[in-house]
This record gives sequence, C-alpha cells and structure tokens, in this order.
Amino acid sequence: MSASASAPTLPASIGQGISDRLSKKASRHVKERVIEAALFAAAAFSVFVTLAIVYVLVKESWSFFEHVPLTDFLFDTQWTPLFDDAHYGIMVLLSGTLTSSAVALVVAIPLGTIIALYLSEFAGFKVREIAKPFLELLGGVPTIVYGYFALTFLTPILQKIYPDLPGFNLLSAGLVMGVMIIPYVASLSEDAMRAVPMSLREGSYAMGATRLQTALWVVTPAATSGIASAYILGISRAVGETMILAVAAGMQPNLTFNPAEPGATITSYIVQVALGDLPHGSIGYQTIFAAGLTLLLMTLAFNLLGYWLRKRYREVY
Amino acid sequence: MLQATDLAAIRAIITRAKRWDLFFSIIGILSLMVGVLTFTVLFVDMAIQGVPRLTSEFFTSFPSRRPENAGILSAWVGTVLVMLVTALSAVPLGVAAGVYLEEYAPKNWVTDIIEINISNLAGIPSIVYGLLALGLFVYYFGFGQSILSAGLTLALLILPVIIVATRESIRAIPQAIHEASYACGATTWQTVSDHILPYSSAGILTGVIIGMARAIGETAPIITIGALTFIAFLPTAPFAGDPPAGLFDWIFAPFTVMPIQMFNWTSRPEAEFQVNAAAAGFVLVFMTLAMNGLAIYLRFQLRKNIKW
Repeated sequence: MSASASAPTLPASIGQGISDRLSKKASRHVKERVIEAALFAAAAFSVFVTLAIVYVLVKESWSFFEHVPLTDFLFDTQWTPLFDDAHYGIMVLLSGTLTSSAVALVVAIPLGTIIALYLSEFAGFKVREIAKPFLELLGGVPTIVYGYFALTFLTPILQKIYPDLPGFNLLSAGLVMGVMIIPYVASLSEDAMRAVPMSLREGSYAMGATRLQTALWVVTPAATSGIASAYILGISRAVGETMILAVAAGMQPNLTFNPAEPGATITSYIVQVALGDLPHGSIGYQTIFAAGLTLLLMTLAFNLLGYWLRKRYREVY
Repeated sequence: MLQATDLAAIRAIITRAKRWDLFFSIIGILSLMVGVLTFTVLFVDMAIQGVPRLTSEFFTSFPSRRPENAGILSAWVGTVLVMLVTALSAVPLGVAAGVYLEEYAPKNWVTDIIEINISNLAGIPSIVYGLLALGLFVYYFGFGQSILSAGLTLALLILPVIIVATRESIRAIPQAIHEASYACGATTWQTVSDHILPYSSAGILTGVIIGMARAIGETAPIITIGALTFIAFLPTAPFAGDPPAGLFDWIFAPFTVMPIQMFNWTSRPEAEFQVNAAAAGFVLVFMTLAMNGLAIYLRFQLRKNIKW
C-alpha cells in the first residue's frame, strides 16, 4: 500500500553530488516516513487503551483478591463491602444485572426484530427514510434522561397497576432500558436482513410465497448470524448500562430475580461508591475495580460469542 | 382441469395470505410506534415540567440549596469546557488512526490486532472507561478530578466512533481518485492531505458530531472519576488566576457537567428539585437532539450532493 515503503534509503554520501531537486526528494521520503510513523502511533494508541484498561482493573483487583478469597467473591450470598461485617458476594450484584437485563431484552428483542423485519421487507422507501433517523435519535438520548423518565413517569404508572411496587424497582428501569436498546437491535438486524441477496427473495416470490412467508422463512434464516450478533450487542449494552439503573432501580444490594424489587447492579454499585468519598487504596475503593473486572469479562465474553457466531454461521453467497 | 371449487380454494388461500401480510404490517407499525411514542411522551413530559423553569436566571445561576434559586451556570460552562478538551484530543487522534488504517496499513497481523481491538473498544461499557480514568488519569498521572481528566476520559470513549466514521467516509471515495493522484507522482501523504481528507471531511464531521452528542450525555464515567456535584464557582479564566497565571489554568479546575447536575437533582427527595432536573434534562435532550439532527441532515445533504 505504502509508496514510501519500497523506497531505498539513500546513503549519506550521495547527498553532496546530486542536484537540489533530487535532494529535496530524499527529504520528501524522510517526511513521508515520519508522517506514517505518527499515524501508526495514533492507530496503535487504541491497543494501548485496551492494555491500560486491563492493567488498571487487574492491578487493583489483585490487591482486592489478596484480602478476599475468590471463593467468597463467587459464592457468598451477601454484598456488604462498606459495613463492618463485610461480605463480598458478587452474586448479589450479578442477580440485579441479570434481572434488569432480562427485562430489557424481553422488550428489545421482539420489538427490535419486528421493526427490523418491517423496515427491511415491508416498509416503503419513504417510511424507512424517516424511521431510521428517528431510531437513531432514540438511541442518542442520554441515559440519565431515560433514568429520570423511568423514575418519575413509568414507575408511578406501574404503581397504579401493581400498587405493591416499590418506588425503586428493577422492572421499570429494565423496561426503559429495553426501549433504549431497541434502536441498536433493530438497526443491526436490519443491516443483516438487507444484506441478503435479492435473488433469494425473488426465488421465494416466484414460488408464490407472500411477503411474510419470504420474510420469516427465507430472509430471517439467511440473516441469522447478523441477527444473533445484533442480539448479543443488545445484551452487552444492557449489562453495561449504568445511569438508568442507578436512578430508577435503587442501589440496595438485593439477591433476587424478581424484577418488582429494588436492586443494585454491578454498574450502579460502582456509581454508588464513586459518589461517596472512599480513600484511594482502601478495600472499598478496590471493590469497584473487582466489580468492573467482572463486568469487563462478561461483556468481553459476549463480544467474543458474537464474533464467533458471525464467523461460524455466516452464509456466503 | 381446474374445477371451480379449486379456484375458490386458491382465492381463499390468497386472501388469507394477504390478511397475514396486512396483519404483520400493522404489528410492525405498532412496534415502531412504541419507540416513537416513548420518545414523544418522554420529551413532552419533560417539557411540561421543565420549560416553565427555563428562565434566563436558570442559565446564569449556580446550583443552590434552595431549588427556586438553583441554576445550571457551572454545569453548562463545565460541559462546554469538557467537550473542548474531548474534541481537541479525540478528533486528531481518531482521524489519524482512521487514515492510517485505510491508506497506509499493510495487510498483516499488526493491522488485524488494531482492527479487532477497535471494534472491541466500541463494545466496552462506558463505566469501565471511568474506572480506567480513575486509576490512570486521576491517581497515576495526578490530574485529579479536573476538566482535563473528564475530557480525556470522554475522548477515549468516543475514539472508536470517530475512527469508524473516518474509515467509512474514506472508503466512500472511489479508488480512481487515489490512482489519479499517485499517477501524478504524489506521495501517500500528499494524496491524503490534498485529496482524501478534503473529500471525506463532511463524512468525518458527521461522525464527530455524533460522537460529541454521545459524550455530552455520558454520566457514568464522569461520576466514576469522582466529579463534585456541588460547584458554585466557575473555572478560572485564562490569565486571571494566581500568578503565574496561564492560558490553560482552567483544565485543572474542579467542575460539574449537565448530566451530573441533573443526576444530582434527580436523586433529591424534594419535588422542586425534580422540576429542576426536568429543566436540565430538557436542555440536555435538546442539545443532543440538535447535534444528532445536524449530523443526520449533513449526511442527507452529503448523499444528495455526491458527484462521483
């Protein structure tokens, strides 16, 4: 690719005998290489960011696990790191994360898939041109605003239906989070469906299939890998979402899989600790890095799964 | 031979199939409406609660313990300054990385690692960037809980967005432009700086605006670095602080930003503070909507005006 890569490097002694124009050219090569190196450094910087994330999280977690055995971290059923009787059972925070994510996915996956199918197979050009930017806007709303909406608008409405619902609960946070994730799921699934070649659809129509039959039995199977990776992106968004849960789900650690209860998630615990005034280097300070490492490993696992699914089940036309 | 009864049966099948098609179209529109309706309700609800609060004093007052006197002066000034740091660090870095990957990068394992790494970075939750910033910027580099730390954190967060946008808009330029430039004897950098960057600048700008709109609304990483929520003063203006005063004194100042101010008001029990939260939220949503809308409009114009 690079034009300068193949250029021979000139020995220093040549510089005296050649004309001004050519010596200018030699300096041109040097300048090219310097620029290329600078651009490479910018690109390689992203690798450094990843390494820095891993380093910071592992380093602080390491000191944490010197105090807390890993088995306690994984199997204890209480999470009270800031109390005198400290327990560090990550399971408690995981249950909140999983419950709220499950609620969100129950909303986002069906709606996102239907919207994608509708936009790619049914909607006319105009509807699509209006709907796609609108979905993008929906995905661009700050999550703190969604949190405010869940707390002050959705929770009171849900309380009218279920009077026993507490003011902070995983249900309304999860529902709003689901709406927030719809755009991601819908737009990625739609891309996958639109990538299915027209000839497959034409073949299906020629056999007398209707639009719905074509969409469900031809387009969806052909786009499975893309749709699956859209779902996985949705899951990793839900797991990493912070502000909606911090605002609307309360921050009490609570080992429950019932969405109608308040609960803390990994992310909202980190926010809670950061809002307080924990001294740098204390064990309470280190817990948020251990929690963050758990979160990073989870999202990493989902990302790898998505990558693998895309490779393994990709239809090649 | 086709019997009349067969014909009727076939017609019945067609009618039924069409009915299913119509049924699914309606479900599709209803699903879209869930999104549209949520957004409308959210926006209107916040407007009804918050807009009466949007007086000029609201924009020119500091936060206060009395809700009716509280304002967002320190929050919006903080947001503007943090965004300045973010843009100045993320845009050059992101564009340079995008240009390298599209124009220079050889096909080898180093490039593969960089590419996989960038798509991985895009999937990391924002709060993890906050933890990185807490360990690295705040304590290791000793920047403290300053505008600089926050701006750099958000810059890391939107870096993948800018890199991807840069790459996509460079890829939209036809190969013939490259070839013509090289045929005239231009070096790679001359081709990039005289042709590729100017032609892709509108696309890059779109990506930058979308990235900045995301950064404006990010709350979690900034809370994680430990930003104060009660700031009743502005960062020192250039050359105004204690001598030796400099142009960039403000980057080490403590600060608050719009989403943090809103979070602070949301988490208070008094109803009057909820009104303030709605007003701040309205301003925030308005800003992100305006930026996203601008980006969408730019992209639309770009697609219309493309000449090759």
